[in-house]
Amino acid sequence: MAVEIPEDSVGIVEPQHLHIDDPLTLRSGKVLPACDIVYETYGELNSEKSNAVLVCHALSGDHHAAGFHTKDDKKPGWWDTCIGPGKAIDTNLFFVVSMNNLGGCGGTTGPATINPETGKYWGPDFPVVTVRDWVKSQAMLMDRLGISKWAAVVGGSLGGMQVLRWAISYPERLASAICIAAAPKLSAQNIAFNEVARQSITADPNFHDGYYLEHDTYPKQGLTLARMVGHITYLSDSAMRTKFGKTVSDFENEGNNFGRDLRTGKLSFGFNVDFQVESYLHYQGERFSANFDANTYLLMTKALDYFDPSVDYEGDLSKAFENSDCKFMLVSFSTDWRFPPERSRELVNELLKAGREVTYLEVEADQGHDAFLLPIPRYINAFKGYLQRVHKEVCGNAS
Amino acid sequence: MRPDLEIIQQWIEPNSRVLDLGCGDGTLLHFLKTSKQVKEIGLEIDEDNIQRCIENGVNVIEQNMDHGLSNFQTNSFETVLLAQTLQALSNPDKLIDEMLRIGKKGIVTFPNFGNWKSRLYLSTKGRMPVSKFMPHQWYDTPNIHFCTVKDFDALCRDKNIKVLTRTVVDSQHQGSWAMKSWPNFLGEIAIYHITRD
Repeated sequence: MAVEIPEDSVGIVEPQHLHIDDPLTLRSGKVLPACDIVYETYGELNSEKSNAVLVCHALSGDHHAAGFHTKDDKKPGWWDTCIGPGKAIDTNLFFVVSMNNLGGCGGTTGPATINPETGKYWGPDFPVVTVRDWVKSQAMLMDRLGISKWAAVVGGSLGGMQVLRWAISYPERLASAICIAAAPKLSAQNIAFNEVARQSITADPNFHDGYYLEHDTYPKQGLTLARMVGHITYLSDSAMRTKFGKTVSDFENEGNNFGRDLRTGKLSFGFNVDFQVESYLHYQGERFSANFDANTYLLMTKALDYFDPSVDYEGDLSKAFENSDCKFMLVSFSTDWRFPPERSRELVNELLKAGREVTYLEVEADQGHDAFLLPIPRYINAFKGYLQRVHKEVCGNAS
Repeated sequence: MRPDLEIIQQWIEPNSRVLDLGCGDGTLLHFLKTSKQVKEIGLEIDEDNIQRCIENGVNVIEQNMDHGLSNFQTNSFETVLLAQTLQALSNPDKLIDEMLRIGKKGIVTFPNFGNWKSRLYLSTKGRMPVSKFMPHQWYDTPNIHFCTVKDFDALCRDKNIKVLTRTVVDSQHQGSWAMKSWPNFLGEIAIYHITRD
């Protein structure tokens, strides 16, 4: 065993598969005739089917949110910090559902799966999907699981945007919406970063207009670069200083070297990797590019760019929430500069304007956007406290 | 039941919307939610209090009132509460205006600095009053804008604010006929129900 499975883990989990034969009309107007969905569940569904929680993943996530697939896994699912017995999303209380979104690369129908009509990889021909389409497909899974109402829909970042869309599209199908480190829509700066990521992928000679799988290759360089850019926006300046500012060298002998730890202890006076932060980004980028599909990355960034529920309401987001019936909890983190607290406050204000019940926390945290994945005590305690109250309200004493 | 809660709850309509500015651990809102089924929102900045509100099942927003309340719509609440917080605000007069913009009615409670104990303390000791009820020294007190019942009456007059009811109680939240007769001298806590003329 690579790691001892901790007591508060959901343990070994197995992904489930579901084939849906119903055609799904996408926001673009295109129709996906059928799809396969890969998902995982943790905890037990109660007899009233009232204790289900949907977890929505972000840009690089998938269905594997908690636990381990095998005893040899080095790392648990992406949100293991928050999902498990006694954790914020307590699997002793809740039945947790996490699916890989359409267009993803975790096994759900997407660019890296075979299009049954052609017998070839979908590749760049996979239709552009939006947050609205994802929520629609999540509702299809929900129907097949026999769940009529989620106790909570929960997500961070792009996952938080799905939470908002749930509250707008299916107001009667969720009791509470927990939206963490998200925004009502992307800013120009957010879109700019996404475009750099997309350009670095499509400009890679191994991209082959998106048909790289048929050429038995993938745009490793481009995807690595895309992830490096993305990763910078997930961390804060101070988090980087702390992470890479631990050693004193001849070059940086001040007490605070501003995160400029050297890799080998001296400068190369060439264009090699001199600083730790550089090699860290290379490592993160390469590890990611080996495990993620480039076309999926393009699709996910487009879904982010296109997200703006106010477009159907003459730009007035509060009108979008007028029919929502659930309670909302929003959380932001002080050093998150991708979706900073101001963006969450915008959401809070629109929800207030719509007369909704809102709880909002602004958590002091050094880790930037990544904070939503990390065990920050104040965040976890509030998250857990809120969900315990949801459980009490929705399930009473039954569990 | 705490007598101040008893007094306040008489002024709250069932199922109405209530905003509590500086809601503490949510005790008051939780009480009104249970007794009057109000739709509640509390504002708070203290982390521990926010956590207790969440555990109490009270909707709470982390927001500093001193930075304004412009994000709240005009007339969006039936009642806006300001309990034992007035004296800790940077601009209490502006906040009262905002309260009565956001809410149709306001309820304000504050420690009455005109109480005989404060007067006696200052006149005999010549130092800023410190008591069990107001335990801070002048330099570390969060209470930067103390006022008396008479002061608050004057502010309401200046602002054309209509006082629907004015009650004073002692620090155990008990009232008496004597306090009714000499509120500014005997009252320790003032409770006002106000509205715009």
